[in-house]
Amino acid sequence: MTVARFWRKIPHRYNLIGTHCTTCDEHYFPPRQMCPNCRRDGEIEPHKFGGKGEVVTYTIIHTAAKGYEMQAPYNLAIIKLDEGPSLTGQVVCGQEEMEIGMKVRSVFRKLGEESEKGMIYYGTKFVPE
Amino acid sequence: MRDVAIIGIGCTKFGELWDRSFRDLFVEAGVSAIEDSGIQGEEIDSLYVGNMSGGRFVEQEHIGSLIADYAGLASTLNVPATRVEAACASGGLALRQAILSVASGHDNIVIAAGAEKMTDVGMDTATDALAAAADREWEGIMGATFPGLYAMIARLHMHKYGTTSEQLAAASVKNHHNGTMNPIAQFRNEITIDTVLNSNMVADPLHMFDCSPISDGSSAVVVAAADIAKKYTDTPVYVKATTQASGTISLHDRADITTLDSSVVAGQRAYKMAGMTPDDIDMVEVHDCFTIAEICAIEDLGFFKKGDGGRATEAGETAIGGRIPVNTSGGLKACGHPVGATGIKQAVELTQQLRGTAGKRQVDGAEVGMTHNVGGSGGTAVVHILSRNR
Repeated sequence: MTVARFWRKIPHRYNLIGTHCTTCDEHYFPPRQMCPNCRRDGEIEPHKFGGKGEVVTYTIIHTAAKGYEMQAPYNLAIIKLDEGPSLTGQVVCGQEEMEIGMKVRSVFRKLGEESEKGMIYYGTKFVPE
Repeated sequence: MRDVAIIGIGCTKFGELWDRSFRDLFVEAGVSAIEDSGIQGEEIDSLYVGNMSGGRFVEQEHIGSLIADYAGLASTLNVPATRVEAACASGGLALRQAILSVASGHDNIVIAAGAEKMTDVGMDTATDALAAAADREWEGIMGATFPGLYAMIARLHMHKYGTTSEQLAAASVKNHHNGTMNPIAQFRNEITIDTVLNSNMVADPLHMFDCSPISDGSSAVVVAAADIAKKYTDTPVYVKATTQASGTISLHDRADITTLDSSVVAGQRAYKMAGMTPDDIDMVEVHDCFTIAEICAIEDLGFFKKGDGGRATEAGETAIGGRIPVNTSGGLKACGHPVGATGIKQAVELTQQLRGTAGKRQVDGAEVGMTHNVGGSGGTAVVHILSRNR
């Protein structure tokens, strides 16, 4: 990924800033500029999420995604934030601790890196609450 | 809209075809389909080709032109050729575009093809190219792989409905058994539940034998206006429905993680278009990129109640001779999954079955069949219903 492609989403990745439609009061993360409920009638504003949520489902990835080879096995989950939307993120804890319904909170972490001299990606992961 | 029929089919062997190039594959499949139909090149009005990622797999875009050219249809006949992409549903979507162009009356005879050459790159590049079917920015970058996404569907399915790893494995065992009877299948060996459960964990709870392979292959069908179909073949296979539905590209945005909304809606639209119900379908080729995907598909398409798919598979209800035979070709798991070709191969399999020429894997008395082709984790679903009867 190029520097610009990652950089332009830094506020969202680092601080869990998504969007909120004031017309229907729905929250979105990842951020959406078009509300699927209201479409052109939607009024969208940025929204910073509290970072607390619950594991909807999870997996332990053994065959890693590109850039994550050194971290395998790692825990990946779909997390439903308290404000409503769900997102995909890693949960930093032992494999045996993972369970559906567990409460988690967001933390700022290194996500991965391209190579020894390449970009380092930072962003949001989750830890047990 | 006019009625449409399939009048010719062709398919290469699927597998790790080191000695065959991308263009070798689609030429072989296309020529077999044209020979099977008995049409002449001059009669071909247009060509649609499903291909997910020529750019990543063989560093080739402009696939339409390449295929038309090497199929001998560009330099003198200048046949229009259009590449269609919807990740793993590219083939099904190419078939749908071909059917629509004939149904609309614009074209009379069209070729729908699919091709993918995946083994010219390493496993890491192939895995990353496939990950592009998910949301790169909000799934891929977070460390999600395709097996990882389907593993999360499986985990929740197990949690909600009591589905077991053994039930998932039963889909793989059944598909390998069907593959032993299919000459084009990548894997033609029997496996057991233990083979699956003892294979490497890819993304817990999915083992390697829960996952479809990386494959090379190509398939093609010739579609024609139903009114002229009998000129070319005594056994046209009629298209009773062609439907498509979109779903959210990210798995995390689904209302229910264990339901592919796009499959449900594409299925419902197909039953409505054909004036049929699931009871009218004699067999179905579903998109089993992972074993859990087959379980979800047979539920989402209405063959089994939500949550019952695993139990029904374990009980043999989806085997040949069972209540509703699923993936007689061996499915993506055993027949192979050259992604762009898969949706077309499903129609090739059904056409053989409905003609009664499927050999050892023939479903007795098959009159009506369904194909179900999914892109990504359910961002696109394409469904066709085919019948012996107009």
